[in-house]
Amino acid sequence: MDPNVKNVFSNYPQPSQDNLIPILQDVQEANGYLSEELIVEVGKFLEMPTSKIYGVATFYNQFRFKPQGKYHVQVCRGTACHVLGSSSVLEELEKVLNIKAGDTTKDEMFSIEVVACIGACGLAPVISINGNFHAKVTKETIKDIIENYRNKID
Amino acid sequence: MENNIQIEKDFFLDEVLRDYSSNSKDDQVIEKISRYKNILTDKPILYVGTGTCGLGAGAGKTFEKAESYLKEKNIDARIIKTGCIGLCSSEPILDVQIPGYNRISFEHITEEKVEGLLDSVFNLKIPSENIIGQFKEQNNKEWENVQDINEHPFFVKQKRIVLKNCGIIDPVSINEYIACGGYKNIIKAISNYESHEVCQLILDSGLKGRGGGGFLTGMKWKFANSEKSDQKYLICNADEGDPGAFMDRAVIEGDPHKLLEGMAIAAYAIGASKAYVYIRAEYPLAIARLKIAIDQAREYGILGDNIFNTGIDFDIKVKMGAGAFVCGEETALIHSIEGKRGMPRPRPPFPTTSGLFEKPTVINNVETLSNVSTIIEKGSEWFTSIGTDKSKGTKVFALSGKISLTGLVEVPMGTSIREVLFNIAGGCPNGKKFKAVQIGGPSGGCITEENLDIPIDYSELIEKGAMMGSGGMVVMDEDTCMVDIAKFFMNFIQRESCGKCIPCREGTKRMLEILESITSKPTNPKSNEALERFRSVIQLEKLAKVIKETSLCGLGQSAPNPVLSTLRYFRDEYDAHIYDKQCPAGVCKNLRVFKINVDACTGCTVCAKKCPTGAIIGAKKTPHFIVEDKCIGCGACFEACKFNAIEIV
Repeated sequence: MDPNVKNVFSNYPQPSQDNLIPILQDVQEANGYLSEELIVEVGKFLEMPTSKIYGVATFYNQFRFKPQGKYHVQVCRGTACHVLGSSSVLEELEKVLNIKAGDTTKDEMFSIEVVACIGACGLAPVISINGNFHAKVTKETIKDIIENYRNKID
Repeated sequence: MENNIQIEKDFFLDEVLRDYSSNSKDDQVIEKISRYKNILTDKPILYVGTGTCGLGAGAGKTFEKAESYLKEKNIDARIIKTGCIGLCSSEPILDVQIPGYNRISFEHITEEKVEGLLDSVFNLKIPSENIIGQFKEQNNKEWENVQDINEHPFFVKQKRIVLKNCGIIDPVSINEYIACGGYKNIIKAISNYESHEVCQLILDSGLKGRGGGGFLTGMKWKFANSEKSDQKYLICNADEGDPGAFMDRAVIEGDPHKLLEGMAIAAYAIGASKAYVYIRAEYPLAIARLKIAIDQAREYGILGDNIFNTGIDFDIKVKMGAGAFVCGEETALIHSIEGKRGMPRPRPPFPTTSGLFEKPTVINNVETLSNVSTIIEKGSEWFTSIGTDKSKGTKVFALSGKISLTGLVEVPMGTSIREVLFNIAGGCPNGKKFKAVQIGGPSGGCITEENLDIPIDYSELIEKGAMMGSGGMVVMDEDTCMVDIAKFFMNFIQRESCGKCIPCREGTKRMLEILESITSKPTNPKSNEALERFRSVIQLEKLAKVIKETSLCGLGQSAPNPVLSTLRYFRDEYDAHIYDKQCPAGVCKNLRVFKINVDACTGCTVCAKKCPTGAIIGAKKTPHFIVEDKCIGCGACFEACKFNAIEIV
C-alpha cells in the first residue's frame, strides 16, 4: 500500500464509521482519487463491507474514481455563473481540451470537474484550477488561461 | 515571544473579559484596547481584503506587491489580511491607515495600481479615483473630501449585525475580536442566566433560522434543553449548498470568532458539550480560518474542558461535507456526520429528541448562530425592534447575476426588494431591463417587477411564490430565458435528489425531460412529440403537485418551486417555446433558426457533411440551403462553416 495512505490510517487510532468520510477525504487527498484497491483497504481498516464504503463514496460529489490531471479544472455551474454564461464556457473548455466534464486528457495534464457552486458568485462565471480562482471567465479567455497552464514550466 | 503571547492572553482574560459588563475601565486599558482595535497605531497599517472573492479578483498579488513595496521603501508598517466587506465587485480592496488619520478604503487595487496608490497616500495625498470611503473615528484626523464609508450608497441602507466585523478586523486574531467586544457575551450568558433563560431570551427575540426553514431558533433550543440525556450535540450547518448563496462562507472567512461565540452560547443554552461545524469542502479558506480560530479559542480557555472555570465543557470539531445538496436537510446532515449516505429520514422523531448518534441535537445555520452574541449583548427587545411584525432582525443577502454591484448586504427585515436591488446594488448593468430576481435558490422562486415593493419577510415571500431560503438573490435581465432557468434548477435538483423516495427521484427527472423537450425542436414531426409538447405544461403542473405533496423531505417538497414560479409569472415564455418554437431571449440553443447566406456560401459541402439530420441540401460549388423542418438547431453547420455563411436568424 502507498505509504501516504498508510499514514492516513495511522491518524485514526480508534476508527469507527463516523470517521469514514474524513478517511475517504484524506485518502483521496493523498492518492488523488479513490481506486478500487483503496476502497477495499478502507473497508478492511474500518471492518466494513466494501459495498457499504463504495455506496457512501458514490453518494457524494466530492469523490473521484478516476485519476485527475496535473491541472484540475473545476467549472462552477451555480446559478449566478449560469446566468452569466458558464455553460458556453464549459462547452468551449471541453472543446479546447477535447474531453468531456469528468474526464482527464490523455497526457494527464488536465481534467474537468463540474461543481455545483464555488461560492464566489460575485465574480461569476468562475473556474478554479488547482485551487486558483479565475474570475469572469468568458468563452474567449478560457483558451488563453488553459494555454498559460499548459506552457507552465515547473 | 511565547512570553508576549502569555501577557496578551492574561490581559484579555483578566483585564478585558473579567469585568465584561463595566464600561468604566481605566484609561490605560482603554488605550490598549484601542491599539488592538487598530484605531490607535504608531505604524501605518495596510489591510488587504483576502476573502475568496478578493483572491479571485487578484488580492493575492496585491498583497505580495504591497509587501514588497514596504520592503523596498523601507517603510515600517503592518499588513493585515481581512475577510470580505461585502463589496465583491470592488475587489481587490486595499485599506490604508496612516497613524493619526482615519482608515481609508480603496477599490479595484490590482497589483499594478499598488505602487502609485501607496506613493501618494504615504505622502498624505489622496488620489481622486478608486475611493470607497473612510472609517470615521473620534480621535483620528479626517481626510478632506472623502466620504464616510457608511454614507457609500452600498452601505448607507444596511444594518450590519452579522457582518459587523467582516472585512474590517483580522479574522484570525482573537485579540482583535475580544478588543471589539467579543467573547464577553458568552461570559454574560453563563453568569447572568440559567440555560433555560437563554433559550427564552432567544425565543423572545423572535430570531428565526436563517438557513431556509425559518423555524424559531429559541423554540428549537427549548425542545433540546428540556430533553434529559447524558450527551447532547450542537451542529452548525455551514454546508451552504444553495448555488448563488455565499454568506456563510464570507462570515466564516471574515469573522469566525463571532460564530464560535454564538455556538458556545447555544451549547450552553441546550446543554451540549460537543459541537460540529459541518462545512463544505469547497470552502478551503473558510475551513482554514475556522480551524485557526478554534485553536485560538482553545488556547484562551474559551473552548475545551471547564471553560472560563465555570465547570462547563464545550468543544468544537470541524467536519468537511463531501458535496451533497440534500445534506442541508437536518436528518441527512446527521447521517453524513455519522459516516453514512446523506439521506433524510421521516420526522418525528425530530433531531432535538433523537439526532446525532441518537442523542438530542440542535442544528443551526451559520448566520443564525452569528446573531446570537449580539442578542445576548443588547437584549431581545432591541432585536424585536428591528424588522417586521413576523420577521425580526436583519437578513444577509448574496447578490449576484446581472446586477451592477455584486456582494453581500445585510438589511433589516421589511426592507423592500427594490431598495436592495436598485438603491443598494445599482440595478442591472449596461442599461438592460430587469426581468426577475431568483430568491431562495433551487427551493425558491422568482420575484418580478410588479412585486419588487414587497417587504422582505418570510411569509410575504412565500405568498409570492418565492422563499427566503438562505438568502441568495440572483438577478436576471431581459437576456435571461426563464424556461432555461427552470431547466437549470430542475437539472440541479434531479442530480442532487438522494434517490430515497420515488416522487422526488423519478418526478424531478420527468419534469426535466419535459423542460428539455420544450427547449429543443421536435425531431420527428410525425411522431406524437408535437402532442407531448402541447401537453407539457399541464403535465408539469400535475407532476409538481404530486412531488410537492408526497416527497419525504424539504428538498423534494420544494423541488418544483422554480418551475411553478416561472410558470406563474412567465407563462408567455413557455408558450413561445412550445407553440412558436422560439426562445424570446435567444438563450435556448436548440431553438435557434439557421439560414445560409447565399452570397457567402461557396458550396464546399462541409456543412452538409456535418449535419446530423441531413437537413442541408445543395449541389457542389453552388449555394446550399437548410430544410427548416429537418433542422434540429444543433449548430454543427454554424461551427463548421469557414466562410461565415451560416447565420442565426
